[in-house]
Amino acid sequence: MSRSPQAGSDWPGVDLHVVTGKGGTGKSTVAAALALALASRGRNVLLCEVEGRQGIAQMFDVPPLPYEERRIATGLPAAQGERAGTVFALHIDAESALLEYLAMYYKLGRAGRALDRFGVIDFATTIAPGVRDVLLTGKVYEAAKPGRKGGTSSKAGAAYDAIVLDAPPTGRISQFLNVNSELAGLAKVGPIKAQADTVMTLFRSKRTAVHLVTVLEEMPVQETADGIGELRQAGLPVGGVVVNLVRPRDLDDSQLDAIRTGSVDPTTIGATLAKVGVEAEPELVDALLAEAADHAERRALEDGQRTLVAELGVPTYELPRIASGVDLAGLYELAATLKEQGLA
Amino acid sequence: MTKNPPPRVGPLAAGGPAPRPLDVDGLLDDPATEIIVCCGSGGVGKTTTSASLALRAAERGRKVVVLTIDPARRLAQSMGIESLDNTPRPVPGVQGNGSLDAMMLDMKSTFDEVVLSQANPEKAQQILENPFYIALSTSFAGTQEYMAMEKLGQLHASARESGQWDLIVVDTPPSRSALDFLDAPERLSSFLDGRFIRLLLTPARGPARLMSAGFGMMTNALTKILGAGVLQDMQTFVAAFDTLFGGFRARASATYQLLQADGTAFLVIAAPEPDALREAAYFVDRLSDEQMPLAGLVVNRASASPEGRLSAEAALAAAERLDPTEDSLTAGLLRLHADRLRIVARESRLRAGFATAHPTVATAVVPALASDVHDLSGLRTVGALLARAE
Repeated sequence: MSRSPQAGSDWPGVDLHVVTGKGGTGKSTVAAALALALASRGRNVLLCEVEGRQGIAQMFDVPPLPYEERRIATGLPAAQGERAGTVFALHIDAESALLEYLAMYYKLGRAGRALDRFGVIDFATTIAPGVRDVLLTGKVYEAAKPGRKGGTSSKAGAAYDAIVLDAPPTGRISQFLNVNSELAGLAKVGPIKAQADTVMTLFRSKRTAVHLVTVLEEMPVQETADGIGELRQAGLPVGGVVVNLVRPRDLDDSQLDAIRTGSVDPTTIGATLAKVGVEAEPELVDALLAEAADHAERRALEDGQRTLVAELGVPTYELPRIASGVDLAGLYELAATLKEQGLA
Repeated sequence: MTKNPPPRVGPLAAGGPAPRPLDVDGLLDDPATEIIVCCGSGGVGKTTTSASLALRAAERGRKVVVLTIDPARRLAQSMGIESLDNTPRPVPGVQGNGSLDAMMLDMKSTFDEVVLSQANPEKAQQILENPFYIALSTSFAGTQEYMAMEKLGQLHASARESGQWDLIVVDTPPSRSALDFLDAPERLSSFLDGRFIRLLLTPARGPARLMSAGFGMMTNALTKILGAGVLQDMQTFVAAFDTLFGGFRARASATYQLLQADGTAFLVIAAPEPDALREAAYFVDRLSDEQMPLAGLVVNRASASPEGRLSAEAALAAAERLDPTEDSLTAGLLRLHADRLRIVARESRLRAGFATAHPTVATAVVPALASDVHDLSGLRTVGALLARAE
């Protein structure tokens, strides 16, 4: 019973989980499921989003999130009597982050407002290169800091056991996390540069892991491979690959083979269906076999891509495609799967 | 007993009005169509759709140029081009009398070209070497949108002039939000007109009235945060760039008007997923607010509706009653059938939701392909599916 909450996790020393993925692979879903999985290990988790889409609010079925940490869910306790952690969420936008940053570090009460009046806030967050990313990652860093001060937190002073960041897509992730190089040539000295350096130290440390979400299709797998290469080149720690939306495995390899080669006897299928009271018109049997043939083709392509994913040489995790879509209950299911497989 | 299975679950059962079908060939064949803009959120197959439409239009006799933003290597190869660049290149293997050129937006060279064409050589050099310009032209999220608009304007002007093309198909950048693309010209203009820029342009010893306490406080604050060097770089950049501002603004607003013109058609691309359709709905609303000509919605990656009158519930119930070892094949077939029906039902529910809220939007539904497109014939297949010619 003295099983440590860390037992079974592949990433025991990591407390900043960055989740990226190509558009359409479900990276936000995976980030949310990972946050729940970590919470079910008794940890208090902060789930951050930085893309202004309010995806967290939609997934957890809560009102749109403000720039303030909000309690949104509780993890499932691992066993009777065990305490589950809580998931908090934070929607980070660059404008609020900049104003907060100015207030916190420079005590720029009036000057901060002057900046706003002269359009500097707007300028800095939409036009000035790199600044936006520095602000977003800087806020994540603040949240990750142990023993941090209140900030915008509604639970001032509390520290989280883990942070999950629903990050920008794979194509932009290295640039986003590599705040140093984005600022290079712009701010060579000064507090912004110092801030970027501190943030980079965390991102490059063993406390951070960047997980990549993919589906078993050519383009996303290729992009995942490219993304891993870029992350490594930037000295950022690559975590695991989460393979999402995996097709059901109702048929085994030999059955798939039989279907591919057309050696399944329709009359046998028809007879079996009749046994359980399904009126087996020939069209129905044909339709079932046609569906299976299509499925077999896609499974073969999936297997090919799975081999490529395995060759990436990082731990992989697989999540099933849920036919009816992912609702809150579905998120908990996915969280349990991730925990079982050791991502959390 | 499931002697008479209930009626099929599928699009027809999902209720709601069936959306008007999108007449893709009508759109492509109409000589009045000069620009087709494909927009939508990331990962919905925007680039593939753009390329397929361009090829189909070319093979139906149009002289087409397709501007892609960030094509996957495979897709570039499918157009017979190892690596697309900033210059339109002819795509080999196009059938019929039309022609197809393809290019990929290179935002830095597009930006550089604009600078070089607008400023005298000395000034241009000064701008190109400014660290602020380098950062702005390579990494600023948003430059891609501005430059896509710039390139579209250039292509359109050169098409008018030379008659080399009569249709431009544009893929849009994978923006954080689809709106960035539309906002680009407006944002550029407001940036250039912004008070901050104006202030940076004010010489250090300008008129006393501008040197308000607020301004002093602001520059002090900025220097404190960024370090003195940055503000200076920024000032140098803005001063050097000042002469180009007028041209930028004029072209940005010309492109915006071009998008509103009758010759332009917007296609919103989506996948049957809640996020993608929500983004599509948002975009459709935004286009109508801005009086941009919307041609329709393309829903990619749709699951094919299965044949056979057996409901998901009946199939699962039957699978439960089968012997798990002896009849595992048949049970597997039934479960697959149920799984597919559920996906189809979910997708049609999502599509019906969109159609109910946007009843006038014509729609094309493209079934999910088993594998990625690798060659022209793959693009041709997608084009035919778009036009429901298969």
